[in-house]
Amino acid sequence: MSSMLKTRGLTRSFGGLLAVNDVDFEVEQGEIHAILGPNGAGKSTLINLLSGEIPPTRGEIEYRGSAIQGKKAHQVARLGIGRSHQKTNIFPRLSCLQNCQLAARIHHGGVIGSWRSRRRAREVDERALAALDTCGLVTRAHTVSSGMSYGEQRQLQIAMVLATQPQLMLLDEPMAGMGREETDQVADLLKRLSRDYTIVLIEHDMDSVFRLADRITVMVDGCVLESGDTESIRASETVRDVYLGRHDNSEDSRPNSDSVDIGNGSSNSEVTS
Amino acid sequence: MLHRYPKRVTVLLLAGLALLIAYPAWGPAVFGESSAFFMEKLTLMLIFALFAVSLDLLVGILGLVSLGHALFFGLGAYTLAMASPDFSAASLWWMLPLVMLVSGLVAAIVGLLVLRTKGIFFIMTTLAFGQMLFYTVSTSSMTGGTDGVFIMFRPSLAMGETPLIDLDNPLTFFYFCLALLVAVYLILRALTRSHFGQVLDGIHDNEHRMQALGYATTGYKLIAFVVSAMIAGVAGMLAAMQYGFANPAQLGWHHSGEVLMMVILGGMGTIFGPILGAFAYELLLYFYEHLTNHWPILMGLTIIVAVLVLPKGIAGLLLDPPGRQASLLGRLGGGKDNLAKGRQTSASDSDGKSVGKSAGEVSS
Repeated sequence: MSSMLKTRGLTRSFGGLLAVNDVDFEVEQGEIHAILGPNGAGKSTLINLLSGEIPPTRGEIEYRGSAIQGKKAHQVARLGIGRSHQKTNIFPRLSCLQNCQLAARIHHGGVIGSWRSRRRAREVDERALAALDTCGLVTRAHTVSSGMSYGEQRQLQIAMVLATQPQLMLLDEPMAGMGREETDQVADLLKRLSRDYTIVLIEHDMDSVFRLADRITVMVDGCVLESGDTESIRASETVRDVYLGRHDNSEDSRPNSDSVDIGNGSSNSEVTS
Repeated sequence: MLHRYPKRVTVLLLAGLALLIAYPAWGPAVFGESSAFFMEKLTLMLIFALFAVSLDLLVGILGLVSLGHALFFGLGAYTLAMASPDFSAASLWWMLPLVMLVSGLVAAIVGLLVLRTKGIFFIMTTLAFGQMLFYTVSTSSMTGGTDGVFIMFRPSLAMGETPLIDLDNPLTFFYFCLALLVAVYLILRALTRSHFGQVLDGIHDNEHRMQALGYATTGYKLIAFVVSAMIAGVAGMLAAMQYGFANPAQLGWHHSGEVLMMVILGGMGTIFGPILGAFAYELLLYFYEHLTNHWPILMGLTIIVAVLVLPKGIAGLLLDPPGRQASLLGRLGGGKDNLAKGRQTSASDSDGKSVGKSAGEVSS
């Protein structure tokens, strides 16, 4: 397997807070790479850095061999890195199909190419429908998205990412706030997608993460605590101490960062290096 | 988001158009002696309608409230006044492109700066740019200071030496303005229905998401801003032709506020609404002015009541007739939320295409 995305010394500070601190992170082609960590660990900030929504303070991001740090969000998206947001982020006044069409049209030559041509319109429709089909929403194609259930809206969000034809998908808590059944549905969907796409996944639902992920990176306090395949993370003492141990004790799948004893900084850096 | 209007809107618009075209037939019978005066009033309404439509592209479609749109209106007026020769008529073949070029260029520069902001900051920066030009123009001797510049000869539209149409004739000029308004309306309708229009809608709803999808939203916004400014510039040019002068008041923030009221009164984001708004505003103004010297009080009250009772303007009445709306009290209390809820439940009751259509009708 070859590396698709790689960061070196990636750092982002907000004032005095180091939200992402010197992160070396690597995603290999074709894998599902999950990022775990308590709230405030910097997972979402890392995704925002990768997708170009915020510029890094320091460090490099390499995507398929070329540096992409400093590129804007729309440029990154056009390179084939699609992302979904933690909050449901769809266009509520549009139907499912229209939402996906909007996403599918980004490759049609910018502002000038945005006037319609018949052939392009067909391509766009096909791509949009295919994306809806993959996400099981094809029967809802003409439903206005604001009228759908929360779970369906979350799935639509994934369909929109698909419609942009990404190579790498950054999914920020795609199952957040879902019931058991819907969570399983989305997990199945991600499993299917992983055949064709490389996925970076932030998720709090441990069962899904350990079922889906090929590799896991655990973040604490902006740093990478440990990174490795699912089994080694499951077996890791350090990870269990700061994160999983707490999880086992409570039904709540969202660990409270306050309740997690992160330990002192020196032990973190020991593990990282 | 509204890709097809209900039939009654088309019928109403066509009826209004027919009524305007037929003005020479019924005008004298209704207004008698002052028929010519009312035609000039109507001409001005058409010009303001054009101006209001241009602002709707920003305020309604893109969701950017500008308090400096008169900048481009005044720019059109002054471009014509400054470029017109003193002792002969300018050619409209030159003036129209020149006005569009000047307002478009200025809009591109101003747009690059103001489009970096949103909400209240966009209002303030557009206001600032408008006032910058206002004070420059009203204190410079080149532009005639507060007196403005007179246009001695109305530009002519000729093919070589032979005049095509006589714009000095009030009726011809009335038809000319009407034709321009219809053309601009059709262009903007096509634009908003195109993919470009959908992207603008997307930016209105969630610009951040559009960027994440891969749209360079600034470029889209800038193009819309420039197009809007060009139309406003043309409206300003027509106004200067009608008045026979360019005046600093045409680019002051009062004027920007006035056109904003027309857009709100008519219904934002519908393109046809602001046309109705411009007519309604000017008619109200006319009556109030005759009623009392304190007409701004009446006008202000009217606008407040209109916003409370018709949050979607006159266009909202047509797109979403009273029978299907929430009760007046409900809307006064809950406002948008109630309507939004109503829309959501109506959408989830059934599914399929019909829902897409009916909900599309509701959300303008």
